[in-house]
Amino acid sequence: MRAALTISGNHAVLTRANPLAKFGGVFLITLVLALSIDWMSASVALACELLLFPLAGLTFTLLWQRGWPLIIAAAVGGWSTSILAPDSGKILLDVGLWSMSEGSLELGLGFLLRGLAIALPAVLLMSCTDPTDLADALAQKARLPHRFVLGTLAAMRLVGLMAEEWQTIGMARRARGVGSRGTPWQRMRATLGQSFGLLVQAIRRATRLAVTMEARGFGGASRTWARESTYSRLDIWVLLGGAAIAAGAVIAAVWAGTWNMVWLERS
Amino acid sequence: MPAHHHGGVRPAAVTARGWGWRHAGRSKPAVNALDLDIHPGERVLLLGPSGAGKSTLLHALAGVLGDSTAGDGGPADSDDADESGSLLIDGEAPRDRRGRAGLMQQDPETQVVLSRLGDDVAFGAENLSVPRDEIWTRVHEALDDVGLAHLPLDHPTSALSGGQKQRLALAGILAMRPGLILLDEPTANLDPAGVLEVRDSVGRCLDKTGATLVVVEHRVSVWKDLVDRIIVLQPGSGTQPAVLIDGAPDQVLEQAREMLIAAGVWVPGYVPATRRRSLFGGPDIENLPVRQELAPGQLLLAAEGLAVSRERPRRRGFKSIPPLPIQPDITAQVRAGEALTITGPNGSGKSTFALTLAGLIPPVGGKVSATVELSRGAGIDPYKWKAEQLIARIGTVFQEPEHQFVTGRVLDELQFGPRHLGHGEERVDELLERLRLTGLVDANPYTLSGGEKRRLSVATVLAAHPQVLVLDEPTFGQDANTWAELASFLSELLDAGTAVVSVTHDQEFTHVLGGTELRLDAQGLSAPGVGPAGVGPSGVDAPEAATP
Amino acid sequence: MTTAAIKKTGYTWRVADIVVAALIAVAGGVIFWAWSQGANVISAPINAVYPPLTGLYAGGWMIPAVLGMLVIRKPGAALFCEAVAATGELIMGSQYGTTVLISGLLQGLGAELVFAAFMYKKFNLTASLLAGAGAGLFCGLNDSFAPWGWNIAYAAGDKMAYIIFTAISGAIIAGALSWIATRGLAKTGVLSSFASRKAATEPVFS
Repeated sequence: MRAALTISGNHAVLTRANPLAKFGGVFLITLVLALSIDWMSASVALACELLLFPLAGLTFTLLWQRGWPLIIAAAVGGWSTSILAPDSGKILLDVGLWSMSEGSLELGLGFLLRGLAIALPAVLLMSCTDPTDLADALAQKARLPHRFVLGTLAAMRLVGLMAEEWQTIGMARRARGVGSRGTPWQRMRATLGQSFGLLVQAIRRATRLAVTMEARGFGGASRTWARESTYSRLDIWVLLGGAAIAAGAVIAAVWAGTWNMVWLERS
Repeated sequence: MPAHHHGGVRPAAVTARGWGWRHAGRSKPAVNALDLDIHPGERVLLLGPSGAGKSTLLHALAGVLGDSTAGDGGPADSDDADESGSLLIDGEAPRDRRGRAGLMQQDPETQVVLSRLGDDVAFGAENLSVPRDEIWTRVHEALDDVGLAHLPLDHPTSALSGGQKQRLALAGILAMRPGLILLDEPTANLDPAGVLEVRDSVGRCLDKTGATLVVVEHRVSVWKDLVDRIIVLQPGSGTQPAVLIDGAPDQVLEQAREMLIAAGVWVPGYVPATRRRSLFGGPDIENLPVRQELAPGQLLLAAEGLAVSRERPRRRGFKSIPPLPIQPDITAQVRAGEALTITGPNGSGKSTFALTLAGLIPPVGGKVSATVELSRGAGIDPYKWKAEQLIARIGTVFQEPEHQFVTGRVLDELQFGPRHLGHGEERVDELLERLRLTGLVDANPYTLSGGEKRRLSVATVLAAHPQVLVLDEPTFGQDANTWAELASFLSELLDAGTAVVSVTHDQEFTHVLGGTELRLDAQGLSAPGVGPAGVGPSGVDAPEAATP
Repeated sequence: MTTAAIKKTGYTWRVADIVVAALIAVAGGVIFWAWSQGANVISAPINAVYPPLTGLYAGGWMIPAVLGMLVIRKPGAALFCEAVAATGELIMGSQYGTTVLISGLLQGLGAELVFAAFMYKKFNLTASLLAGAGAGLFCGLNDSFAPWGWNIAYAAGDKMAYIIFTAISGAIIAGALSWIATRGLAKTGVLSSFASRKAATEPVFS
């Protein structure tokens, strides 16, 4: 988990773009995909996203390591939609609560692809964006209150430590006779106890960290920034790229006749 | 115009007149009736028993004591924090002089704010609205002063050692150009090498800037030669002043020696008296029943060719890749009534090895095996034992006592193990008595003092009556009193037949327990498997100069 | 205007409030990540049987909103904590993509509105349960009716069932558990510098 927060070693071109521009590009794609559930717009977007991988310094091995839960989640989403969406066309399966028709299956498939096409750009975004740069951009460019942005950034730095501490507390509790093995009920109780232990440490640490920050003069109304968050020509290309993928997905879907606005329910 | 001849630093003066502070929700003030003058450029060591308000004073000087208006949003509360008298830096309230004082606390993890080295040093200067170019000049200078200039500015701060983190914190403070440097037990969490690293950096920076220093620390010998004044505080009251003694280091240490020793301060040249180890089952064991079932020196637990790592196997797709071990090949034996002490530099995998031996981490290679005398039918591999089987055989005391608290009350905490096992509750009273916890039975474990927490965590593990006791840095950060108590108690346990395995940096402690020392050397991660660790029983009868 | 003046100071976020709130959200993320590792075993078959039942599990995501407010007791705490938790999830890799931020903000808002309705004066069990249910309700609505919602294509009855489940889950997992946790935390003394330091001795209902 500690590794999940750092992009050190990644020198791909997109790491140099301003986080806000990257976020804008991803947002455009997400918005368009959200408007329709159809396999065409989702596949087009998905294909373009996969092509962008090298620009973000991502490889398929890395994606599989970090992203397999997303793929499973998308599959589950597709499944649940195909059995629960209102039926249309030929009924393919009908067992009690479950029913799957041609229409709902198509919807489910579109849903699966759409889920992936929405999840991927976020993975892409975060794999080439350092949280520190994101915070700089949010505070300097988006003008969010710097106390909240930097306070959060400092707390986020402790996530790796918290994950390590979680493991240590688990062991320490086993050494007291609290098993993390056993029935689901016992395991849940053990998890709750362990969570409480972690919360106590989290609050202690946060309180001390806040003292450190305040003692370094943090908390005033104004401050200077050692590093300026800037926009460059690259950011225009990032935004244009996002817009192009979004437009491409819509045009392809309309052309293929699969465009299917979510609010216009099919009956 | 202020004099800028010391790199832009003008040393600060501190004045306290009848100053007192009561924390929110407390009935008694933490500091009361403090009168004090610290002149610009003075270097002061603050001593005193716990509860004398040393940390509170430092926090107040740093301007970070919660202001009394921070309350509930409702009407002002009688329970809110309360300040009396005056405490001033250069004649002004510390809160209005942010950046005039810089504070370093004990826990290195929370002394780092940001994840890149350069950013972290710049943080304070940014907050003081220093212009950008000037910030980077200061960052380079500060990193140079603390000896971290060889690292790149984007070096991840999480990759630093404890001592380096504290030096980084010092750099962050220096970049603010403070006139007053406040250190609150800055080396309590560090290994011996880290302690000296930080102490020397502080010394160099003070020589360069001439800033005023106030340091709180139990281990006097570390700071004695660096300071020119020692102030001993006591819990103040209406009749007694907060400052007990104040003067030159040698003079104070001579005058107040007995009082400081009684307060648990590590006075130079003084090693607390501890119980001597006697023969197995010797006559002077109080209260502890001798383990009749075990012969002295009976082998209980053995590690053979053990490779250890805290990391779990990584999953790459469907494949599972075992982690790279920190130690590739350890062999050790644990015997009844004998001590095994594991030493070595930080990062050498001492704790990981101990926890693997204790059945809490699965071995990466090799094996840990329990003999029949220990396993009593539970199987050979301690990691596979159920939690309740484990605690009755091998007890582990973690470095941070709070990690092991499982209830909200001291008595429940002690009864937890015996209740789960269904026997042994009669031992609880005995342990309460022996570890001086009787008066605290109803307290919430988290609210105890550091020494009390340590004693409780040892007692809770022993309540399950294990034959092997594993302790991870048991004496870390403890005052001399708790230290002596713990060392005596463990030597008694050893004489009664329990095997004691401890991970420690503390040579004096190793000496008191005797037995075998297993020294693990740092293994470069780049060169795995470079052969067995420096293993082998080495007598600890002649320890190197012990300087607790 | 004296009450306004007192309110102003009492409602201002101190640095400690910000950092602790953020770390509660971060720790919540770590806990939930660990929790879902173990719970996959349970949730996968449930999902295969009747997907709306997964709503019963959703309350875990909303713990930061309620717990953050119960500890910090400043306006915006629920919204802030849930937004930070969602950002954390985005950084770790979320199946919802960037829409997780919208979910987070809406769930936080659901809890925030309930505490606001109590004028930020009540932090008892009732307020906690309602706030949890509010967060759950907004979560269910977002998932069922927003275009990016995962259940947008469900039939109306299934959507209704899902929303009821998320609200119940929010009340119990996020509401009740957070309330119990806050009382436990207050007893340990770690909240001594926060507005919730007396949470352990406050009445349960009034």
